[in-house]
Amino acid sequence: MKLHQLTIHQLHALLVKKEVTSKEATETLYRRIRETDGRIRAYLLLTEEEAFRQADQVDRKIAKGEEIGDLSGIPLGLKDILCTKGIQTTCASKILEGYVPFYDATVIGELKKKDAVFLGKLNMDEFAMGSSTENSGFQITHNPWDLERIPGGSSGGSAAAVAADECIAALGTDTGGSIRQPAACCGVVGLKPTYGRVSRYGLVAFASSLDQIGPITKDVEDCAILMNAISGYDPRDSTSVKEEVPDYKQSLKKDVNGIRIGIPKEYFIEGIDPEVEKAVRDAIDFFRKWGAEIQEISLPHTEYAVAIYYIIATAEASSNLARYDGVKYGFRSKGYRDLMEMYTQTRARGFGKEVKRRIILGTYVLSAGYYDAYYRKASQVRTLMRKDFDEAFQRVDVIVSPTAPTPAFRIGEKTEDPLQMYLSDIHTIPVNLAGIPAISIPCGFSRQGLPIGLQLMGKHFDEGMLLRVAYTFEQNTDFHLRKPKLT
Amino acid sequence: MKMDIEKVARLARLELSEEEKVTFGSQLEQILTYMEQLNRLDTSGLEPTSHAIPVNNVFREDEVKPSFPQEEVLAIAPDEEDGHFKVPRIIE
Repeated sequence: MKLHQLTIHQLHALLVKKEVTSKEATETLYRRIRETDGRIRAYLLLTEEEAFRQADQVDRKIAKGEEIGDLSGIPLGLKDILCTKGIQTTCASKILEGYVPFYDATVIGELKKKDAVFLGKLNMDEFAMGSSTENSGFQITHNPWDLERIPGGSSGGSAAAVAADECIAALGTDTGGSIRQPAACCGVVGLKPTYGRVSRYGLVAFASSLDQIGPITKDVEDCAILMNAISGYDPRDSTSVKEEVPDYKQSLKKDVNGIRIGIPKEYFIEGIDPEVEKAVRDAIDFFRKWGAEIQEISLPHTEYAVAIYYIIATAEASSNLARYDGVKYGFRSKGYRDLMEMYTQTRARGFGKEVKRRIILGTYVLSAGYYDAYYRKASQVRTLMRKDFDEAFQRVDVIVSPTAPTPAFRIGEKTEDPLQMYLSDIHTIPVNLAGIPAISIPCGFSRQGLPIGLQLMGKHFDEGMLLRVAYTFEQNTDFHLRKPKLT
Repeated sequence: MKMDIEKVARLARLELSEEEKVTFGSQLEQILTYMEQLNRLDTSGLEPTSHAIPVNNVFREDEVKPSFPQEEVLAIAPDEEDGHFKVPRIIE
């Protein structure tokens, strides 16, 4: 196995044994990026100088015989929605071109304390609005398994970079599926934590009641390692929760005996690709064989999820994105005659199509006369959806479904039809609305060789259970070991 | 129901091209029609959910702490003068 193909725990073992240095690993990753990223286009920015400085520091610690942590010297990629001090952070938007934050997001600070190495910033749908990474203001990212296809979105750069071995692991963010769906499309592992598990301080806000930061990794163990590093209460995010954080590595048990797994019947109706359904049914059979108790359950309000989401998320976005006015940071248009024109032209030229569409929609559903019909109504149905999960989790420990209804679709296939694009999030959105955690792991491949993702949903703050069930499946299958043929 | 897209764009401080007004207009009509399915549900008396995890007011001591240095904040502004963000004249 080559250095760039390693997982976090594999590279850590080599660093500890002094068989390789962090500098060598970092060099190998940049070489890999130079070889393959011309085709994948996952990175928006490479930060080599910073990365090598960090790697050298770790190598000196190792040379001195100091003990190092799981993430020390490990080269990671970062979705470009996380504020990095002194390093441009754009959210893949022209309106933030040139924006260099003077502070780190809390998760970045935590990873720095653990001596992680940051290779660069990864592409995404502009402001995380999209399911294909085609809405980036800068470039289109290609799926490493089929360059004609989308890597999923919005964390498409993160998932593609992990799948193409252009980083050891990455961070993404998930508002309606933006970690899990790209992880599924690219055949890697992605976890959206419970709302409030991970601090959102320094995560550029899209929809504040739904956004969470989470890991995108090559295997479940790496996912546990990154969760250990980024979880926990942060006084700078008043929605982060003071709930004890377990050692997630302790959850990595190969045992699902007696675990109650629910299969929601509403997730297996029309529109699901037969190959996806088959792979997920096979995974369910696997769990049954391993002693899990399989039950059919009902989440009756699932069909309303997309409608609720695109009201609530756009409403929150229209408010959050009001801050981009050309005054304090980022882009300011030229040629305006007065303050109002400065605002409207800056926003017209700085934002891309999908962002404008969502700002308009969000502004409309919050506007006088429509608030009750849309925003209030959607928030009430959100209560029903939350109750669906509360009731289901009285009977089961984990809920299993496909992550996405189809494997990765073709670039350009859905760009002209936003509603069709929105409907591809049907399996992931309910999780964000209910604030529960969910993980996507590889569970098969289509005949065309495209990865298929299995979604496991859990109770609030029960990420440990998800990791355990995911680990049991992964360690007894080999889907996570397959690599795209990129050479 | 028809969205007055020019009015909404004004509220959102967005300048739209004629082409955008037409395409967004029809796409948003389609999306809003899809959303009308929520009206099939009787939600009278239901509490709305604005946060999935119950969060109460979070208070902290009212202590003075250092904020970001003014020069760092202004250094990334599109225009600044004498320690202020600078914008076009708003008072004649």
